[in-house]
Amino acid sequence: MASTTASTKGTSSRLAGLTESRGWLSAWFMLPAAALLLVFLTYPLGLGVWLGFTDARIGRPGIFIGLENYEYLWDDSVFWLSVFNTLLYTTVASILKFVLGLWLALILNENLPLKSFFRAIVLLPWVVPTVLSAIAFWWIFDSQFSIISWALIEMGIIDQRINFLGDPTNARASVIAANVWRGIPFVAITLLAGLQTIPQSLYEAATLDGAGRWQLFRYVTLPLLTPIIAITMTFSVLFTFTDFQLIYVLTRGGPVNATHLMATLSFQRGISGGQLGEGAAIAVAMIPFLLSAILFSYFGLQRRKWQQGGGD
Amino acid sequence: MASVEIRDVYKSFGATEILHGVGIDIVDGEFVTLVGPSGCGKSTLLRMIAGLESISGGEIAIGGRVVNRVAPKERDIAMVFQNYALYPHMTVAENMAFSLKLKNAPKAEIDTRVGRAAEILGLVPLLSRYPRQLSGGQRQRVAMGRAIVRDPQVFLFDEPLSNLDAKLRVAMRAEIKELHQRLKTTTVYVTHDQIEAMTMADKIVVMHDGIVEQIGKPLELYDNPDNLFVASFIGSPAMNLLKGVAAGNGAPAFEGSGGISIPLPPGTSAARGASVVLGIRPEHLRLADEGFPVEIVVIEPTGSELQIIGRTPGGEEVVANFRERHSFEPGQTIRLAADLRLIHLFNAETGKRI
Repeated sequence: MASTTASTKGTSSRLAGLTESRGWLSAWFMLPAAALLLVFLTYPLGLGVWLGFTDARIGRPGIFIGLENYEYLWDDSVFWLSVFNTLLYTTVASILKFVLGLWLALILNENLPLKSFFRAIVLLPWVVPTVLSAIAFWWIFDSQFSIISWALIEMGIIDQRINFLGDPTNARASVIAANVWRGIPFVAITLLAGLQTIPQSLYEAATLDGAGRWQLFRYVTLPLLTPIIAITMTFSVLFTFTDFQLIYVLTRGGPVNATHLMATLSFQRGISGGQLGEGAAIAVAMIPFLLSAILFSYFGLQRRKWQQGGGD
Repeated sequence: MASVEIRDVYKSFGATEILHGVGIDIVDGEFVTLVGPSGCGKSTLLRMIAGLESISGGEIAIGGRVVNRVAPKERDIAMVFQNYALYPHMTVAENMAFSLKLKNAPKAEIDTRVGRAAEILGLVPLLSRYPRQLSGGQRQRVAMGRAIVRDPQVFLFDEPLSNLDAKLRVAMRAEIKELHQRLKTTTVYVTHDQIEAMTMADKIVVMHDGIVEQIGKPLELYDNPDNLFVASFIGSPAMNLLKGVAAGNGAPAFEGSGGISIPLPPGTSAARGASVVLGIRPEHLRLADEGFPVEIVVIEPTGSELQIIGRTPGGEEVVANFRERHSFEPGQTIRLAADLRLIHLFNAETGKRI
């Protein structure tokens, strides 16, 4: 109907028609949001991608060098080690966070005494600033003063202090443990919210149908929670894959790059080392991984046939 | 199929007692409705039969076996929930097959039983749909199908029609009744809708505030309510209830507010001067010159009937239904009377029938 008004003769009426047009008006309303996205998301991302194709250093605008940065990284064993570390870190930490988070959510969904108190406690690791908790973990993992070593020695289980962050395997396990500790609340609370959307009557119906506790979980809880699990774990994987703070405070990528993730390596090469172009290239190399994680969850898990309504 | 005996059952949630000693005998194959206003404990009682709520006192026996300590899945009962409680991630066929699948029944048996239930309920074309793709009535039918497939001892229905629109409710009402006539499975049906209770049940249990007010066949309750609560609850429009005293020299009579006097059946046991409540059903009132005066407030013609809402001189509301057509005007005063045999009298203090 807006187009019929616009088709009447005369410039003034055409202008009036234009301002009355829904499309025109909605474009104006979308402009602020679009501007924010362009300035704060698209521009930095575009700049990062562009830098990856230059030899920019700090204090010197670079020139376009094509894929040279990527060719260099292709033959760089430290870069490949960081890719391996990132994948290992993300996979192990995400699986642990999922299993422990789901378990915690199931416990918190029961009718416990002091339920809300425990729910609040669970959120603590998430509320504490990452750097602060990383420093606490640094202390816990300290080679001299580690409370874990001390406790185990006191209990007579070990007789030597554990070299948490000095040994490659221990260091990897330690940073993963810290990441899991930090990431569980997010998973647990989100899954708990998901659990609470499952109607009680479904459990009652299944109970009358003859389901035991495991069958209730297997046939009611798990399938109905799958969409929430997909979203939660996508976010969790993205957070873990791009983790930086924890590693940077705990190990700075050491020992011998054993805990260097792509994000920390990118920072080290780009900012500390001044090779902006190379750092940007490492960061850009993360994009395919992140994108595939998103696509996997989007197409594979999120939207099930039974969730789609109507269509009679 | 089995009988259900509820013997002096109590239920408390913490310090609050919900059921105060309920006893109901349900014969094998009977269709019983538990009816009462919200909060009367009828759903709680049903859930106790199902085993979803514990029993605080008394006994419930299904088929002669006391089930107080028997797990829900061992009781061999099927329940239809108010919100249907269909598994949203399963198709209609999977929903109906779920209980058999948990029992590890052979695939062929599952298919025949689901197929038969689907045929009874007209669900065959919908078997591969998901609950979300169904209308309210279809979902209701799937919920019943899930119950039928199991061939249980007892069907429990918890207000199954309250989420449906009025027209569908009437249709499903007939469908459930027909299903019961066909399967003859003992059925306990909870509703707050007395029309549903009246039309479907072999036996009605009227509950109020955690006690049983009266148990009986639908028309027994309608014709001979034991007390004021049943009198006012059963029947739509509700029975007219007028407050007054028993009086009269010679022939007993009722004297209400505003100076109205209505003759009572001879030999009534109401003591002279006792406060009583007089009950007359709207359809039992007729125009009569010797009757009590009522000023017409609203006239509601429905086509088959003419319903008037009026006031007595004492300001009490009176509803009357006429099968024949009259040309009344609002504000007009008419005189109404009832057949003596159709008058109910209750003790005003205890609410009991006199």
